Amino acid sequence: MEVKTTGVAGTLESSDIQITISKNASGIVIDLESEVKKAYGDQIESVIKDTLTKYGLANCKVKAVDKGALDCVIKARTLAAAQRATETSDKPDLEVL
Amino acid sequence: MENKVGRILPDDLMAKMNLKPYESDEIGHPEVQRVAPKVRVTAGENKVVSSLEEVIKNNLKDGMTISFHHHFRNGDFAFNQVMDKIIELGYHDLTLAPSSLTGVMNDKVIEAIKKGVITNITSSGMRGSLGDFVSHGGLKNPVIFRSHGNRARSIEEGEIKIDIAFLGVPVSDPAGNANGQDGDAVFGSLGYALMDAKYADKVVLLTDNIVDYPNTPASIQQDQVDYVVKVDKIGDPDKIGSGATRFTKDPKELLIAQTVNKVIVNSPYFKQGFSFQTGSGGAALAVTRYLRQSMLDAGITASFALGGITKPTTDLLAEGLVKKVMDVQDFDKGAALSMAQNKDQQEIDASWYADPHNKGAVVNNLDVAILSALQIDTDFNVNVMTGSDGVIRGAIGGHQDAAKAKMTIITAPLVRGRNATIVPAVETVVTPGSSIDVVVTERGIAINPKRQDLLDAFSHVPGLKILPIAELQKLAEKQVGKPKKLEYTDRTVALIQYRDGTIIDTIKQVKD
Repeated sequence: MEVKTTGVAGTLESSDIQITISKNASGIVIDLESEVKKAYGDQIESVIKDTLTKYGLANCKVKAVDKGALDCVIKARTLAAAQRATETSDKPDLEVL
Repeated sequence: MENKVGRILPDDLMAKMNLKPYESDEIGHPEVQRVAPKVRVTAGENKVVSSLEEVIKNNLKDGMTISFHHHFRNGDFAFNQVMDKIIELGYHDLTLAPSSLTGVMNDKVIEAIKKGVITNITSSGMRGSLGDFVSHGGLKNPVIFRSHGNRARSIEEGEIKIDIAFLGVPVSDPAGNANGQDGDAVFGSLGYALMDAKYADKVVLLTDNIVDYPNTPASIQQDQVDYVVKVDKIGDPDKIGSGATRFTKDPKELLIAQTVNKVIVNSPYFKQGFSFQTGSGGAALAVTRYLRQSMLDAGITASFALGGITKPTTDLLAEGLVKKVMDVQDFDKGAALSMAQNKDQQEIDASWYADPHNKGAVVNNLDVAILSALQIDTDFNVNVMTGSDGVIRGAIGGHQDAAKAKMTIITAPLVRGRNATIVPAVETVVTPGSSIDVVVTERGIAINPKRQDLLDAFSHVPGLKILPIAELQKLAEKQVGKPKKLEYTDRTVALIQYRDGTIIDTIKQVKD
């Protein structure tokens, strides 16, 4: 699957995460901002990476602004952003969740 | 060395500063020697001066200890005015010993540290940019954090020797009779500042409101005061009530408050003439509302409410549900104004309030304390000082002191955002678990196993879900996951004293 446009999902509210997915030549590059980066940064990045990989996105840039979201929220926002970026929102792959 | 709450303390620092490790929350009956201030005798003429600079130049020397109070909270104009002058005059190596540091002081303290003006700090707490600065190693010598009761003890016993106290007041007469109840910037009780007024060698009042002699009630008395400095403006009345105090609409906090009320009402302490202290946390404030209804329903009244006082508490006083308010500080304008109007709202100093080394403080008469926490661990130890990132962002306040109540209840949501509140081990031990009796979260309550009597009292109460604290910890971890362990350097940036001056924990510099 390929990134066609910039896809955004999520808000900057407490306990949410805003994920912005855009084009990248090769590999998944994650730029994470989080108040809990020291304690949970690795975990957040691995959830994002796993979700994207399962969705079949191998090359993209991810900007993640985390406000203390739980893993389930991170997965959902990543998936929504990926669907918007790949313009596949009309046929969501819910299996990835 | 390791202390009795299992914290490893730095041997070299402990030896160098002649400190002892924390042993127990039992104070016992030690005999202590108090100190007395040096007095420059005058008949009281010409105390009123307009030049703060002259006062500082004529009295302050490098290496001295200066103090302030934090009753103006974020509306304080005294601290920055004085510190600006001290920095401008180029002083060095001062020790800063305020009752606490509020946000409005942060940048000035950082500036003074960077310029070598301030090289030592003792305080109840610090937050924001200053906490961040210290946690990242900005101050060479470790900060000493003391509870309000411990600060009173340390001043009385000479561990904090205040050379000059700069005390802002909303009203004073030319001789220095002052209180916190009249003028534009009223804050009510002067409780913490009264220690400074009694024990500092030099007492400098700052005020924008000098009234005819004699000014009463005189919380600070003329016989204690060296100078009265007239300033343009001493405080911003709109910001005195801001800061920690807020009224919650959060359903989670309201549920916690309801549960706390249930715990109190079903405890053996809820009877005619009981007493309580609530902190300034969101849930703690809401408890007061529920408690009011419970007292009306049961037809009982409280003998006193203690502590940092808020309007919900003074409303109970006006209603007759609380007979006396023992008031060491006021968190909002409503409580501050009430002090002038109600003689049953008694101003108390920090020693009377909470000092462990006197002939009995009010906290020793307290039945129920409701306190908040940043973290609680499975040994019931409480952290109110460092965030889950290990950075200083809190204050001991009266936490250790009020926890000496017959039943101490800690209120906290199970998680805050992605941070667990109930954890396997707190980042920083401030109040020892032995002082804590009940932990109330929105998912259930935990009772300290040493309180079998409370476990028995609460086990039949409908709607009170009692869980072992380890279960609460697991519930929290299931929600947020296991955090990576924080990394610190070996450098100690702060020491946490227990009430008796022993060291209960240290704070290390964070690694970034």
